Amino acid sequence: MKHAGFTARWLPILLLVPQLLIIAIFFYWPAAHAVHSSLYLQDPFGFGSTYFGMDNYTDLANSAKYMKVGRFTLIFTLLVTFFSLSLARLLAVKADGVIRGAKTYRTLLIWVYAVAPPVAGFIGCDFKLGVNFNDTATAMVLVSVWKQVPVNFIFFLSGLQAIPKSVREAALIDNGSATRRFWDVTFPLLATTGFFLLIINITYSLFDTFGIIDTMVKGEPGNNPMTLVYKVYVDGFRGNDLGGSSAQSVVLMVLVLALTVFQFRLIERRIHYT
Amino acid sequence: MIGMPFISSSPIMYFNVQATEKAGVTAPKTREEFQSVTAPALKTAGYTALAKSQLPWIFTKNFVSRHNLPFATNNNGYDGTEGTKTQVNNYAIKAHFTAVTKWQKDGFFEWFGTGWSDNQTPFEEGKVAIWLGSSGSFGGLPKKDLSFDFSATYLPYWEAVTTEPKQTFIGGASLFAMAGHDADENKATAAFFQFLTKPETQYFWHQETGYVPITEAAYEMAKADGYYDRAPAAEVGIQQLSLPVGENTKGYRMGFYVQIRDVMNREFGRILTGETTVEDSFAAIETEAYALLAKFAKTQK
Repeated sequence: MKHAGFTARWLPILLLVPQLLIIAIFFYWPAAHAVHSSLYLQDPFGFGSTYFGMDNYTDLANSAKYMKVGRFTLIFTLLVTFFSLSLARLLAVKADGVIRGAKTYRTLLIWVYAVAPPVAGFIGCDFKLGVNFNDTATAMVLVSVWKQVPVNFIFFLSGLQAIPKSVREAALIDNGSATRRFWDVTFPLLATTGFFLLIINITYSLFDTFGIIDTMVKGEPGNNPMTLVYKVYVDGFRGNDLGGSSAQSVVLMVLVLALTVFQFRLIERRIHYT
Repeated sequence: MIGMPFISSSPIMYFNVQATEKAGVTAPKTREEFQSVTAPALKTAGYTALAKSQLPWIFTKNFVSRHNLPFATNNNGYDGTEGTKTQVNNYAIKAHFTAVTKWQKDGFFEWFGTGWSDNQTPFEEGKVAIWLGSSGSFGGLPKKDLSFDFSATYLPYWEAVTTEPKQTFIGGASLFAMAGHDADENKATAAFFQFLTKPETQYFWHQETGYVPITEAAYEMAKADGYYDRAPAAEVGIQQLSLPVGENTKGYRMGFYVQIRDVMNREFGRILTGETTVEDSFAAIETEAYALLAKFAKTQK
């Protein structure tokens, strides 16, 4: 392997500076702010704040309501991640097998991404969106999966195309069953893509679905489900409980940190990058 | 005064004139009349009798002022924050919600969701004959090209609870001038506030939106101009706010009320979808509201 290097020491640093600045301004600084204000209790009318210690956190731990939102978020994340990944993988494997008209077919599958909102309209007429808890929850999962499948599809398809032809042909000679070939050869070789998408999809379900949830509950969750990140918004920006809301975002931050460490430590070990 | 009151409204009762004529009824004065006369007649005429927006606003907050019931202990929160408790967990409101669930079963009332427009839209479409909404919607409704004439009147009350109904709470928002600006900018802000409170501006705003005018002068101007002769229902909000005062109609002071309202919205939604009982839900509201008010008390030390 050829080693390319910089001759001047300052050049790599200079090239890294913009990215580091962005990380510092948009990630570390707000994160530090969140930790700081989570230790205070702000007056809801905006007249100042009192030091509150860990009370915002103990309040959260003792809140049955918060735990309920947490449980919903967990189930929601599992469902959205599972269905987005498995549906996209299935579609990608099938699309990869198509030889004639492949391009048109693939484009059509990606189109879904652009027409995500009207999906709510396909839901049956007996559906009580925004009124019944379970109906709204189902719609949230459905729309979130619908929106994420095309993204995953593109990644899986390119992952499939990166599998060497020789490997596939060898597998074809060894085993006639398409299902066995998928699990023994294709699936492990797609693991790199799958791992990357797993992280992306969990983060998507936890955070990026904010817009979908906001559209469905129209800013008034009422008796409808919401995720943890939406509760941060409702309590902080609408309810003016900045301390409690900051504590919630710190909890989320720690959760994501733990999740990422767990994923890289445990799952990545089993994956071989080619 | 730390803010300048600006948008001001109160909940009133809107009704579809053709629907009431077809059913041969008039807008109900009391909830009893609604229950035994108005709603059955409207149902026979093919309408859902009632829908309403913002349950906590009309079915608790203004319910207590209209019936002159206390909203919270410590003189509705004005006398202090220490140990303040909401008093919505009372017999009158619970009996009201029990009645509402019965109306729902009888087809007199329908609930379309927590969002404001969820419940306004069926009224605009002519499906629902009576809608409880904000006086601030009055200016917007005629612009929606409705297929029927609408009018409005006072919020009905329970005769079993009171025979002397009182005024409702005024609701809305204020404008705040921020500190830290130089004298010229402050002068400009003051001039802008003066412009907004001018009778002409207020009258225009009142007509366009339906919010009540914030000065007597603007109200007089509207009267002199004959606005209420042309649109009598436009005056309902002001008249209802000018009804007799009671010891519990002067407002309330509760911090984190927005979260308390969220709790009520959630619990009321659960009652109306049959997920919980009236009794359990009001017990939950009392506990959660108390925790929020206790937290508010800590900010006031």
